[in-house]
Amino acid sequence: MKQNLMTNLRAIWGRAYVRIVGANREPSWLFFEVLLPLLAVFGFAMIYRGLGAPEQYIGFVVVSGAMIAFWQNILWSMAAQFYWEKEMGNLELYLIAPISRMSILLGMAIGGIFMTAIRAIGILVAGTFVFGVAYQVTNWPALILVFFLTMSAIYGLGMLASSLFMLFGREAWHTANLFQEPVYFLTGFYFPVRSLGSLTAMAASAIPLTLGLDAIRQLIFSGNAVNPLFTVRTEVLLLIVATVILNWAALKALRYMEYLGKSTGRLTLKGQ
Amino acid sequence: MEWAIETQDLRRTFRNRPVRRLLRRAVGGPVQDHVALDSVDLTVQPGELFGILGPNGAGKTTIIKILSTLLLPTSGRAIVDGLDVAREPESLRRRINMVSGGEHSGFGILTVRETIWMFAQFYGVPTKVAHARADAMMERLGLTEAADTKTSKLSTGMRQKMNIIRGFVSDPKILYLDEPTLGLDVGVAREVRAFISEWMHEHPERTVLLTTHYMAEADSMCDRVAIIDKGRVLACDTPASLKRELAPDCVYQIEVPLWTDGGNPLDELAVVRSAAMEHRGDQGRTHIRVILEDEAGIGAVTSRLAQRGARVLSVNRLEPSLEDAFLNLVGHGLSSGNGENH
Repeated sequence: MKQNLMTNLRAIWGRAYVRIVGANREPSWLFFEVLLPLLAVFGFAMIYRGLGAPEQYIGFVVVSGAMIAFWQNILWSMAAQFYWEKEMGNLELYLIAPISRMSILLGMAIGGIFMTAIRAIGILVAGTFVFGVAYQVTNWPALILVFFLTMSAIYGLGMLASSLFMLFGREAWHTANLFQEPVYFLTGFYFPVRSLGSLTAMAASAIPLTLGLDAIRQLIFSGNAVNPLFTVRTEVLLLIVATVILNWAALKALRYMEYLGKSTGRLTLKGQ
Repeated sequence: MEWAIETQDLRRTFRNRPVRRLLRRAVGGPVQDHVALDSVDLTVQPGELFGILGPNGAGKTTIIKILSTLLLPTSGRAIVDGLDVAREPESLRRRINMVSGGEHSGFGILTVRETIWMFAQFYGVPTKVAHARADAMMERLGLTEAADTKTSKLSTGMRQKMNIIRGFVSDPKILYLDEPTLGLDVGVAREVRAFISEWMHEHPERTVLLTTHYMAEADSMCDRVAIIDKGRVLACDTPASLKRELAPDCVYQIEVPLWTDGGNPLDELAVVRSAAMEHRGDQGRTHIRVILEDEAGIGAVTSRLAQRGARVLSVNRLEPSLEDAFLNLVGHGLSSGNGENH
């Protein structure tokens, strides 16, 4: 039991290491991961300013720009990752190792959160400095709780998606693209999601990022422009439920996909 | 006796995808499942370096995938170190590891030392132990100078040396090596083989299952060899016994000028049991390895060659090899790479 736990902890650290240490080894990442995403943030911010939108909207864009980094990390470095690692030959080495596959996914997630946090902080700091965004944090513990619950839920979604991509994603990047732009829109990355109408907004709240963003905005901005979907308390409860369901579903999906892959041989055949 | 590896009537078939089945049915083609393994019975003793020799597509990798818990058998059983691979995969995984030829595992951004360390973590090997083992093995395989090189910068040979260390670093009780010298040049292949043999010598209780389609590799390294073709085990014994029992005495190598007319000039000659041609364009020569029914047949062979306009440059009688045993048993040579890296 203790040996299993230690092995899995080592596996989590081993897989996280690639992202924590390895990814920061290429200086070009600063350009691609921080400067380029900033252009999109700046673009939206300038449009809002040009339209004379409430000043909070500039803040929404900057905060969302930071959160987009996590969503992209989930799509490209979590959901599609097992598919790419199958092509590289890593997947079969994970599968024959005496560890839970969830440890590998957890390692990817922790490493991804760390790596992306640097990018997100870069965007947040630069955006705040350039546009002079003013934050009014009303409840720090709640903000930290919401942030970590959002991360737990969306990375749970990423783990779930990775199982599906692994087996069905012949061309994972197409599937990742499919989920990228619609989610930007539905989660209200650059505007309060309630602007989509209550029914659409509630349907969009099935994506945990929608709830997380809405709650974060309520906790760091004030005024009518925030236009919340639910109260923070409700959103925290929904995020807890989403975290539990998504992580449980990811575990089940992973086991099922592994069994299916072993039965059909598709897990170890490249180009499938 | 408890075997290190035992398969009982092992069978693995692959179903065609539904769309492919429909298409084949529509054009009146065959829709039956592909049989990758057919009633395979094998036993490997603890401490043995056991080889599986066969051409591409013979089922070698399928056996390894089943034994390493990556694939379920369609029927039959496979038991490794007393554990059923289908029923007790979690317990088994701690005792095994695997290295494949041409592997591109790991991450280009990590160094050699970090890559080996990372995979050691998946087996719970403490960092200090992992580094000590990796350093010792890198020293032996001449990889020490590349220890801090990113794996994306490695040559094929260096990468495979790293993969080999990756497989050994968890100190597995049973190691699967799936064509470990595939695509390597002569020198690196020799180093890898020497490393494996030394490791076996130093760890006599460990077992290695090696698949290869290099005859000389199987001949020189393995305690016993199973010859498989089309998913079936055709023979299983020590290389010496296989050669003695299966290789005929009358093996000749005949050298003629480069044969460009197509076909085999010795086809349908009654005294010839098999004839394999190897064209050496750079030398302007063709080597024909001929197995005859008896010695007297060599006259008929040289006459046939003369008739077909192939001037005989030399005739050498050869000692029977594992390749001859294979040819005699299977009826054809290996589809590619008959020892080009030796």
